[in-house]
Amino acid sequence: MNLTLKIWRQKNANDKGKMVDYQISDVSPDMSFLEMLDVLNTQLIEKGEEPVAFDHDCREGICGSCSLYINGEAHGPDRLITTCQLHMRKFKDGDTIYIEPWRAKAFPVIKDLIVDRGAFDRIQHAGGFISVNTSGNTQDANAIPIEKASADAAFDAATCIGCGACVASCKNSSAMLFVSAKVSQFALLPQGQVEATDRVLNMVNQMDAEGFGNCTNTGACEVECPKGISLENIARMNREYLKASFKG
Amino acid sequence: MSGILNSSIGRKFAMALSAFFLMIFILQHFAINILSVFSSETFNEASHFMGTFWAVQFILQPVLIFGVIFHFVMGFVLEIRNNNARKVSYAKNNGRANSSWMSRNMIWSGGFILVFLIIHFIDFWIPEINTKYIVGDMSGMHNGEYRYFHELQEKFIPIWRVALYCVGFIFLALHLLHGFGSAFQSVGANNKYTRALQGFGKVYAIGIPAGFIFIALYHHFVH
Ligand code: HEM
Ligand code: SF4
Ligand code: FES
Repeated sequence: MNLTLKIWRQKNANDKGKMVDYQISDVSPDMSFLEMLDVLNTQLIEKGEEPVAFDHDCREGICGSCSLYINGEAHGPDRLITTCQLHMRKFKDGDTIYIEPWRAKAFPVIKDLIVDRGAFDRIQHAGGFISVNTSGNTQDANAIPIEKASADAAFDAATCIGCGACVASCKNSSAMLFVSAKVSQFALLPQGQVEATDRVLNMVNQMDAEGFGNCTNTGACEVECPKGISLENIARMNREYLKASFKG
Repeated sequence: MSGILNSSIGRKFAMALSAFFLMIFILQHFAINILSVFSSETFNEASHFMGTFWAVQFILQPVLIFGVIFHFVMGFVLEIRNNNARKVSYAKNNGRANSSWMSRNMIWSGGFILVFLIIHFIDFWIPEINTKYIVGDMSGMHNGEYRYFHELQEKFIPIWRVALYCVGFIFLALHLLHGFGSAFQSVGANNKYTRALQGFGKVYAIGIPAGFIFIALYHHFVH
């Protein structure tokens, strides 16, 4: 396949940045999207040009570090995948592909396609944990019986990989799908009850302080999320937050 | 509880509460207006009651005005804040792939509803306030009979006003097609009834505005 790539190039956080066109040929439909970028970078390096910087680590859809807004969608046109799981067969010979970084005030660009997702870490630090000491005295997993439906919902919420596609896709740059997944995975389990009130208040406060926008329920996040995190989690977080606000 | 309106979820909750209030109000407004199609007398009596009963005039009406103003001011505030959350926009964005047009354009449908509401206030509300509280005529009578039905009929003779009202209600339908379900999600109601509720929401969002359009057209053609 021969493709035209329009890629966001930005030297550093202070550079203004611009879209730059690249031609790439002999792309195999079986390549992953990141492999295609590897090929482009090899060509750029051979020509003595600066390669395109992009985030990646596991390349199997579990770490959440690959990002990329491809042809107007987070992780490109396919569903329930990350960019490393996107294949070039989703595109046609002769296509023009736009490749941009996640765009949000809270996710500043570091270089080219790499953004700083530290805001998510700070939200996690604000409450995405339990303080039960589990090291060295691990209990039997079934010591506290948990209803199947709750266990399943908590598990589903816990599959969030913190990639930020929800923020990138949202017209409001809202982080509510991510935060609600983190709140829900604890709120649904007895182990999460001890800090439940503080957790939701602190995590939402941190989310607001980071400059993410406000959810207007467009549902774009749920569609673009590689792990299929459901909007039900946002409704649960709203309930938890309101409950917590009235308590203290 | 402190400063709940300073948090994203608090603002969202307040927005949804004002929206619920508006949706109930509009249902009541429709119920009275539709009477005008069936019986001018019943319509006159209902209008006179609503226009003169103290609790409606001095409790519900101020609450309504506050509710409308709160809703659109908060709507604009949220829109501005949300736009600020993304400084650089995408060179290519495919919103259609993951969300409805209605959900992405609440500020536009809402903005046109606001324009309509201003015209609607000038058409009906200001003359009412003038007659009742400035001229001081609380009788609701004109030439020996109730004036409400005739005033209504007259207003819908000019075709431009009928057209304008129809467009206003189309925007209301677009606003509610997303808004109805959205308001329930905002207050945290997402459960096994949600699908049924969304279905009812579509009926409400199209049915009520269509009903208002029918009333406007009816009085334009039948008088
Ligand atoms: C006066 C002009 C209006 C403006 C400028 C306006 C603006 C907005 C905006 C921007 C939103 C999205 C905010 C968000 O989801 O957080 C919204 C939501 C909504 N609006 Fe309006 N609106 C207006 C009138 C109305 C009216 C007359 C009704 C009902 C009869 C209504 C019902 C709703 C509903 C149900 C929602 C969803 C609330 C939610 O998601 O929690 N709006 N409005
Ligand atoms: S909710 Fe989904 S889209 Fe958002 S960070 Fe988690 S996995 Fe990524
Ligand atoms: S590189 Fe780990 S999810 Fe894509």
